[in-house]
Amino acid sequence: MELKQLYREIVNEHNLHPVHKKAIENPDLVMRGVNPSCGDDITLSLKIENGVITDAGYEGSGCAISQASVDMMADQVIGKSKDEAIKLAGTFMGMIKGEITDEESIEALDEAAALQDVAHMPARVKCAVLGWHTMQEMLENPEKAQG
Amino acid sequence: MKTLAEYRKDFDILSAGDYIYFDNAATSQRPRQVLEAVTDFYKNANANPMRGLYDWSMEATRLYEEARSLVADFIGGVSGEEIIFTRNTTESLNLVAYSYGLENVGEGDEIVITVMEHHSNMLPWQMVAREKGAKLIYLEPDEEGVISKSEYESKITDRTKIVAIGHVSNVMGITNPVKEITAYAHSKRAVVVVDGAQSAPHMAVDVKDIGCDFFAFSGHKMMAPMGIGVLYGRKELLLNMKPFLTGGEMIEYVTREDATYAELPHKFEAGTVNAAGAVGLAEAIRYIREVGFEAIEAQELKLTTLLMEGLAKLPYIKVYGSKDPAKHCGIVTFTMEGVHPHDMASVLNDDKVCIRAGHHCAQPLMQFIGAGSTSRASVYFYNTEDEVKEFLDKLSKVREVMGYGA
Repeated sequence: MELKQLYREIVNEHNLHPVHKKAIENPDLVMRGVNPSCGDDITLSLKIENGVITDAGYEGSGCAISQASVDMMADQVIGKSKDEAIKLAGTFMGMIKGEITDEESIEALDEAAALQDVAHMPARVKCAVLGWHTMQEMLENPEKAQG
Repeated sequence: MKTLAEYRKDFDILSAGDYIYFDNAATSQRPRQVLEAVTDFYKNANANPMRGLYDWSMEATRLYEEARSLVADFIGGVSGEEIIFTRNTTESLNLVAYSYGLENVGEGDEIVITVMEHHSNMLPWQMVAREKGAKLIYLEPDEEGVISKSEYESKITDRTKIVAIGHVSNVMGITNPVKEITAYAHSKRAVVVVDGAQSAPHMAVDVKDIGCDFFAFSGHKMMAPMGIGVLYGRKELLLNMKPFLTGGEMIEYVTREDATYAELPHKFEAGTVNAAGAVGLAEAIRYIREVGFEAIEAQELKLTTLLMEGLAKLPYIKVYGSKDPAKHCGIVTFTMEGVHPHDMASVLNDDKVCIRAGHHCAQPLMQFIGAGSTSRASVYFYNTEDEVKEFLDKLSKVREVMGYGA
């Protein structure tokens, strides 16, 4: 997908009308993720019950790709187990880095798969993975993510 | 005499494609003459300068030293001994911080810089302050980007040992009153370091007139190759400074335990030098002189004026710094409401327009002006009015791509 189409069809909707850009009640895990080089700065909160992510929200600022990506991610991981979410994060980051290209793996990402073409935009890779990277970090190292 | 349109044809990269290159404050393009001078060096005179006793090495040495003389002349007719070739401005400033700063700044002393500094004129001084227990003091500009007399007179004191200041801000484009600040700093016995990375390509510089003790700049922003930079230092200071790097070609005598350092400026040029880069810089200086700073400044002002007038017509654009185009040195930094600068740069790149987006290696300044990050368009004399018009047209469509209105 070419860049302008990507913005118009996918990114803008989530950037301008995000669903999950808000604080959630009594989060279990909270972590800030920053891209120092471009200033994307998010704080991701997760509610976890019996090993399942029951709510996700984020606050912060950044470019449209970073914000839309984390909004789509929140959509994807609510209702998933921690392990499933970590696996999805691995798939997403693999896709953006161009290391995972088989359709079956990528389909698991649902709407977030639409960002696949960011793999061809090296300057924007860090923007797209910020949310996923932050979530992976907080799920794998919950001691660092105490709200 | 060649017209600017004819000079533009010397730049293959500009003639080859349909790109609009507005990131000249990051690095300029190079004309064919410079590229050929570098190639000619390698084709006809390549040998390790300074060492050889044979023709090629002697010719390489001659060309390298000729470049040094030209640089000395270019910044106001100083002595060649006072010109040290480095990789770039960053290395020049680090040289001063390590070889002068660490030796001459003590606990409780103060180093004065501005909040507008590029990280390369900030981090070395943070290092010196940290190592020596000194205090780093920041001068702050007003809305228009101006460092006022009362600001520097209140912060430069008898405790100040070093004042390090950018000649032209890489974000605001403003030219700082370096001559006045130098005079005041000298009255307080402070040494003055000027970062000339953004001034040397655009205006005639006379370091003796400024009066500063050190002046640093890069070749690559003024059409020379990447990897060649300059540090001017006053001879009395350089003589008493220790070498920054040690190794080959910077010593007179060496025994198992000790060494006697070479004369200036070789004491500061350890290892094999970038002679081809210096030759390229010399050619770039000849090129700049042929075009002339008068023509360069006139064209930059014309383009900056057109650019700022166009930006003023777009209601969702905010321009930073002075309202006077003459005070921008070809640099215009701005933000677009609702659009992150990185998205803007990506969308413009899709239209083959090159601008800079981010914090421009000046994060404290971004915080100071209250912008997380910004976009920057910077022109040089080879840019055209048509490019500015096309840029403004492309820019006016970015918000639509980003989902605002139709």
